[in-house]
Amino acid sequence: MNNEFHYDYKTVQGFVLSAIFWGVIGLVIGLLISAQLWDANLNFGEYFSYGRLRTLHTNVLAYGLGIGAEFGIFYYIVMRLTKRPLVLPKLARFHLWLFNVGMVLATLSLFIGMNQSLEYAEFEWPIDVAIVILWVIFAINVLGNVFTRKEKNMYVSLWYVIATIITVAILYIVNNLAIPASLTKSYHIFAGVNSANVEWWYGHNAVGFLFTTPILAMFYYFLPKSTGLPIYSHRLSIISFWSLIFAYLWTGAHHLVYTPLPDWIQTLGIAFTLFLIAPSWGSVVNGYFTVDKDWSKMRNNYLTKFFIVGITFYGLQTIQGPSQGIRVISSLIHYTDWVPGHVHMGTMGWVTMVICASVYYMLPAMYKTEIYSEKLANIHFWIVLVGQLMFSITMWITGIQQGAMWKMTNSDGSLQYTFMETLVRNYPYWQMRTVAGVIFVVGMLFFVYNVLMTIKKGNDLAKQAA
Amino acid sequence: MSNHENSLYSKAVLFAVVAAVTVLIGTIVTVFVPMFTAGMHPKNDNLQPFTALQLAGRDVYQAEGCVNCHTQTVRPLKADVLRYGEYSKAGEFAYDRPFLWGSKRTGPDLARIGGKYPDEWHIQHFENPQAFFPMSNMPKYTWLKNKPLNASETLAHMKALGFPYTDEDAKALESSTQLDALVAYMQVIGTSVARKEAIVVDPSMIESANPFAGKPESIAAGQAIYKAECAGCHGQNAEGNIGASISDYAQGEPADTDTYITVANGLEGAMPAFAGQLSKEKIWSVVSYINSLK
Repeated sequence: MNNEFHYDYKTVQGFVLSAIFWGVIGLVIGLLISAQLWDANLNFGEYFSYGRLRTLHTNVLAYGLGIGAEFGIFYYIVMRLTKRPLVLPKLARFHLWLFNVGMVLATLSLFIGMNQSLEYAEFEWPIDVAIVILWVIFAINVLGNVFTRKEKNMYVSLWYVIATIITVAILYIVNNLAIPASLTKSYHIFAGVNSANVEWWYGHNAVGFLFTTPILAMFYYFLPKSTGLPIYSHRLSIISFWSLIFAYLWTGAHHLVYTPLPDWIQTLGIAFTLFLIAPSWGSVVNGYFTVDKDWSKMRNNYLTKFFIVGITFYGLQTIQGPSQGIRVISSLIHYTDWVPGHVHMGTMGWVTMVICASVYYMLPAMYKTEIYSEKLANIHFWIVLVGQLMFSITMWITGIQQGAMWKMTNSDGSLQYTFMETLVRNYPYWQMRTVAGVIFVVGMLFFVYNVLMTIKKGNDLAKQAA
Repeated sequence: MSNHENSLYSKAVLFAVVAAVTVLIGTIVTVFVPMFTAGMHPKNDNLQPFTALQLAGRDVYQAEGCVNCHTQTVRPLKADVLRYGEYSKAGEFAYDRPFLWGSKRTGPDLARIGGKYPDEWHIQHFENPQAFFPMSNMPKYTWLKNKPLNASETLAHMKALGFPYTDEDAKALESSTQLDALVAYMQVIGTSVARKEAIVVDPSMIESANPFAGKPESIAAGQAIYKAECAGCHGQNAEGNIGASISDYAQGEPADTDTYITVANGLEGAMPAFAGQLSKEKIWSVVSYINSLK
C-alpha cells in the first residue's frame, strides 16, 4: 500500500504556482505586442519594442508556463505511476529554485537583447548551459523514480515522459551548439542552409516534444482519472506512441518549403508530415472512444470537456499543420498571419486547456479539499474557448487575405498591391485579435483565481485540522 | 496490462534505449547525414565574409529581434520574385551563423535590400519609418544612433568567426554607432547575387506619350501613390529630401517616357524600381502627377 504522506507535493505545488506566475507575465506581454502590431506608438523605446518583446512572449510562455507546468505535473504523475515518492526530493526542490532563478535571468537576457535569433532557441549560451543543467536534474529525478519504481509495468503516460526527456535533450543540445564569442554572444556552429535545417528540425520537434508528447502524457493520465473510464485501447496507445515519436523527427523541413534547402529534404519532410496525421489521430480517437462509454461525463464531470475539447483542437491542429506543409498551400499561407493563428489554436486550445484541467485535478488531491468553484472553472472554460476561437479564426482570415494580396498580379504582369497596401488591410483583424487576446486572458484570470482560492481553502482546512 | 508483464513496457532501460533509437533515425537521415555532404555547404564565388562593421550591424539585427518580422529568403515564386527580386540561392548564406531567413513577413522580405536604397534612406527610415510610410507599424529605432559600437567586443566576434579585418577596419569601429553598423549590414545583404528586376521596361514596351495626360483622376491617383511610396525621399510637397526635388524636375519639362522609365526601373543604388509592383496605369498616373507640378 502506498503511503500518501511521503509524496513530496511541495515541489509540484511550487512548479504550478511558478508556471502561473510566468504565464501571467507572458500573456500580458502577448497583449502588448498584439497591440503594437496595429499601433507603432505602443513601442516604448529599446526595452519595450516589438522585436524584443515578441521574443519574450514566446519564450516566457513556452519555458515559464509550458515547461514549468510540465515539470510540476510530471513529478506528480511520475510519483503516482511509479508508486513511490521522489528518489531525490531535495534535488527536485533545488530544481524548482533553479528554474525560477533561471527564468529571471533568461527574461532579463532577452530584455537586453541577448538573442541568438533561432526561433524558440533564442537564449544565449550561458542560459543554454543553465537549461541543460536544469533538464539533467529533471531527468535524474524522473528516471531515478522510473528505474526504482514499485509498479512493474510502465503506464502510457510514462512512455511519453521518457520520450520527452530523451528527445528534448538531443534537440536542445544539438541546435544550441555555438561558437562563444563573449559572455553575451555566440554564433551558431552551423552556417547558412545547414543552420536552417538544424534549427527547424529543432523548432518543429520542440513543438512535438514540449507541446505534444508532454500534453499527451497528461491526457492519458488525467482523462481516465477524471472520468473514471479506462483508456479505450491499449493497442492503439502503443501504435500511436511509436509511430508519433518515429515520424516527428523527419518533419522539420516543412518549415523551409521553397527556401534554398535541398528539395529532397523538403519533400521528405512534407511526406512524413502528412503521415503524422495518423498517430496524432490515434490519440484523438482513443480519447473519444474512452469517453464514448459514457458521454454524460461531458455534462456531469466538469474536467471532461477540457480534455475532450483539448484533444479536439489537437486533432484539428494535426490536420491543419500537415496541410500547411503541402507546397501549394505553403506558398499561400507561409510567412502570413495564418501561422500565428495555427500556433495559437495549439497553445491556447490544446496545451493550455489540458494543463489547466490537470492542475484542476491535482490541486484538490494535493491540498485534500474540493476545487474552490466548479462554476468558475466552467466560466474559465467557455471564456478561453471563445477567446481562442476568435483569435485563430481572425488570424486565418487575415492570413489568407495577406497571402492572396501578395500574390495577385495585373494583366501587365505587375503586382496588384504594394506591401503597404497589404499591411494596412491587416489592421482591423489585428485589432480584433487583441480583443480576442483580452477575452482569453480574462478567462485565464478566472483560472488563476480559482487555483489560488483552492489553495487557500486547502491551507485553511489544514490549519483547522492542526 | 497483466498479460504484458515481460514486455518492453516493464523494462525501463530497454524502453529508453528503443525510444532513443526511434527518434534518432529521422534525425540521422534528415539532419546528421546531410550535414556532412557538400550540398549543405555551398558558397557563391563572390561571397565575402562580413566586415567588422557589417558583423556589428548583424549583431544589432539579432539583438533587436528583426527576424521576428522580416524574412531573408525570396522564394522561387512569381509574386516573390516580382516584389523582392532574384530568388535566394543556397550559396549566399555560407557566412550566416545562424541563418536569418525568418518565418514571418510582418514587414517585407530583406533578402535583396542591399543596394536597393541609399544609406541615407536607411538612416532616416530607422529613425522614423512613418515618415516614409505613414501607416507602417515598424517601431522607431531612435536609440541606435546614440549607441557607439564596442570595438573590442566586435573584434572578438570577428576572431571567433575567423573573419579577416584590417587595423583600419578596427579603427573605423571606434567612431561608428550601432546605426552605422546596421546600415552597413543592410547594404551587404543579398549582394553576392547580381541585382536583377523581374520587369525592366524599355521604351518599346510603353506608349510614346502618357495616355492619361492631364486627366484630373489620373493626377489624383498619382498623388496618392506619390504620398504612399515617394514622399519619404522626395518630400511631402515634392521639395526633395534624400532624392531630388520633383518640383524642380518637373520645371525641366522632361519627356513623359523618361519619367515613366525612371519610376519603372529606378536608379541603381539611389532609387528602387517600381515596375514590379505598380501597374502601367499607376505609373502613368505618377507621371501625370509629376507633370502637374510644373
